[in-house]
Amino acid sequence: MSQDFKQQIKTAIENPNLTGALGRFSEAYAVSRAKAYEGIDFQALRQRIAAIKGEAAGKLEELAERFTRQATAKGAKVFRTSQPEEVRAYILNLAAAKGLKRVVKSKSMASEEIHLNQALSQAGLEVKETDLGEWIIQLAGQRPSHMVMPAIHLTKEEVAEIFSKEVHERLASDIPRLVKVARRELRQKFLEADLGISGANIAVAETGTLVIMTNEGNARLVTSLPQTHVAIVGLEKLIERFEDIAPILTALPKSATSQLLTSYVTMITGPVPNTDGSPKDLHIILLDSHRTEMASDPVFKQALQCIRCASCLNVCPVFRLVGGHVFGDVYTGGIGTILTAWFDQLKRTEDIQGLCIGCGNCKEVCPACIDIPELIMELRRRLDKERPRSLGQKAAYAVVNNRRLFHGLLRAASLASKPLAKDGFIRHLPQFLGGDLAGFRSLPAIAAEPLRDLLPRLRQTPGRQKAVLYAGCLIDFAYPRVGQAVMEVLNRAGIEVVFPQGQTCCGAPARYAGAVEVAAKNARDNIEALLATPADYVVSACPTCTVALKETFGQDLAAQGWGDWLDRARELAAKTWDFSSLVKRLVAEGRLALPAALGLEPYTYHDSCHLKRSLGVQEEPRQLLIQAGYPLREMFESDMCCGMGGSYALKFPEIARPMLERKLSNIAQSGAPVVAMDCPGCLMQIQGGLDKQESPVRARHTAELLAQALRERS
Amino acid sequence: MDYELFKTRAEGVSAEVHRLPDKAAALSFILDFIKTNGVADSPGAFALWAPCPFLEGLDQAELARQAPGLSFEVTKERAAQTLVGINQVSWGLANTGTIAGDATAIADRLVSTLSWIHLAILPLSGILPDLPALIERVDPAAMAYLALVTGPSRTADIERVLTIGVHGPERLVIVCVDDLEEVAR
Repeated sequence: MSQDFKQQIKTAIENPNLTGALGRFSEAYAVSRAKAYEGIDFQALRQRIAAIKGEAAGKLEELAERFTRQATAKGAKVFRTSQPEEVRAYILNLAAAKGLKRVVKSKSMASEEIHLNQALSQAGLEVKETDLGEWIIQLAGQRPSHMVMPAIHLTKEEVAEIFSKEVHERLASDIPRLVKVARRELRQKFLEADLGISGANIAVAETGTLVIMTNEGNARLVTSLPQTHVAIVGLEKLIERFEDIAPILTALPKSATSQLLTSYVTMITGPVPNTDGSPKDLHIILLDSHRTEMASDPVFKQALQCIRCASCLNVCPVFRLVGGHVFGDVYTGGIGTILTAWFDQLKRTEDIQGLCIGCGNCKEVCPACIDIPELIMELRRRLDKERPRSLGQKAAYAVVNNRRLFHGLLRAASLASKPLAKDGFIRHLPQFLGGDLAGFRSLPAIAAEPLRDLLPRLRQTPGRQKAVLYAGCLIDFAYPRVGQAVMEVLNRAGIEVVFPQGQTCCGAPARYAGAVEVAAKNARDNIEALLATPADYVVSACPTCTVALKETFGQDLAAQGWGDWLDRARELAAKTWDFSSLVKRLVAEGRLALPAALGLEPYTYHDSCHLKRSLGVQEEPRQLLIQAGYPLREMFESDMCCGMGGSYALKFPEIARPMLERKLSNIAQSGAPVVAMDCPGCLMQIQGGLDKQESPVRARHTAELLAQALRERS
Repeated sequence: MDYELFKTRAEGVSAEVHRLPDKAAALSFILDFIKTNGVADSPGAFALWAPCPFLEGLDQAELARQAPGLSFEVTKERAAQTLVGINQVSWGLANTGTIAGDATAIADRLVSTLSWIHLAILPLSGILPDLPALIERVDPAAMAYLALVTGPSRTADIERVLTIGVHGPERLVIVCVDDLEEVAR
């Protein structure tokens, strides 16, 4: 990771205006977005949008031709190019030929992508951005920090300062007054302009229509007052049918700004009359710039479904801390990382792809059904193939693929009673060996006796059925107490727990770093070990491991071309359960009695990312704990990532720390003395943070709390 | 009923909605509105009325005489000095409180974009349930500039504080008339 990038992150996180504004916004957005979508079937709507845009992405060439035909027939001049420099040249030639001097622009990401303003200014044209936020940014000589709210990082005092310089008068930091100043200044520019440049939100192939949405009304002026109008439209804005506008118009404002509809929606089909009655000189530039290339990629084609609402930024726990500047390009946040890889180049995302913690918030709200975390994973996989692995990575991967060596090292770590933190390559081992560079949380000691040694010694009630326990590294070596609790609870349902010794790391650290073949080898070893013991269930108390067993083993093996393992991978997936879902089922079947114990302390529940968003499990643990007698006190943002993210906290301690602090503060505000969760990774992060703060709140796995309640009953 | 929802939603985005039984009542409301909102025969205080079906059969010279500052000749220069801009729209969308109409004629765009107050006349029968209903009804081949307006011009670009009246009107006044026929122009 470049030092420059690290420095940019530091600068962003230490800017209270930025993090304050983004943080408050993200909290308000969650509420207002939900309200905007009230009464609307979001799943149905977004599937429709995905279908419309997905279909369009599959025939960009055909749609571009059809659009060109239709718009040309209406009298527009359509220019199609794959080269950004040709767009700049086209507009400069047009301006030169017609003697155009004064340009007013409404917001256009495509124009920012090709750095148009700079080219126009250098050629001596006066260019004014007219979207208020964009104008502020232009005057300040900065870059937008957010796709929809470009100046969200600036305070009203700073804006007053910027405007004061522009209008040569001392302005107070009164927002309505500042807005009036902008209106006055730009109104004059609108009236004088001879060239209007806009983008478009949608381009309809069958009619040659451009759809432009704004709130301020600037696009209406840009497209009405100057005699020449140039619209720069990325090819991905094309859709086939006019009727398909409706679902996009329904979702975009709700997802972008929680509005039912933007103040203005303008649909332009061909040239309109100018103020003097002459027909508008309308030019539409269809910009390819790697879009068709992207459309022909079976994985990344999906990203062309994006309607640029930026909701993936608004719900991202990392974006709200670092803002858009650290992404170093026009398109920011999760989707921006993906677009940058294509519109610019893959190498440009080497640092920024690492910012994704994989929590899955964005995937949940995307109105175009784009699996952003998975696409970022694919960037990682491709980067991993392109660049040589470091010696440290190679050594770490060799270790996790060799169970005896790996577990030997873990045992040695326990014997040494301190993690091998200072050793260079060991930092690439799973998180809990890594040492804590930032010191914002305590680390668990490696258990004196791992679960794999402990469990076979424990006396179990013989049962009718058997469950294989898949522990995962953290429960095996740091939290054997959780594994023991799982055993106790299942024993009560008449299920005996067995621990196959051949089980090893689920491969998540390698998988989420893009090292597919390392993960696939782990998959093979585990499938072999877990299926060798006959059992009715395979149960895991770690959601990340459960996702591996249920979903990603098969994907990794398939990607590796190891097809002969797929049947066994499916067999394993079919019998794998996460702890809470299995127990919920056992209770429902009447096989496990869970009568409420009296006098138990209230708890608050932390939703782990993989449990809630990958496995879709949310209510099960809550219902079980309530049934067992623990009163629930929900915390604010219970499903927001705690900042653990595997090795994320090692790579970006400066980001993981404030994420954890926010979580700890929400836990404290719930007033509950216990915080429950279903993931040993979250447990490590949250317990470590509570310990460091010397908080009286205790962090527990759901299995531990259930086992405790059952013990108190008997 | 669609009107009630339309009114609620339009007011929800800071538009003002008035309902009048017929053309005569609407005309008297508009003339009164012009007078009480400070229209005068001086730059910055003009009222400007774009050609529309509502005006058919009305004596424009007489109207201009009754309301000093009101004119019907829409030019860019005059629009730039206009306080109240008046036009007619064809449709309302109930579930978003939106007004919509063909704004291909430059006069429609000038009075509705440059004025401080945009007064739009809407036939009650033009109120549709929602956006898909409008999309179904309009033919883009027949109108070069379809304009949808939902409330006044707004921004939240400075500290996310909602501020009304950036580049467009800071007031949107919708005069809904019961007995005007919907005119799909």
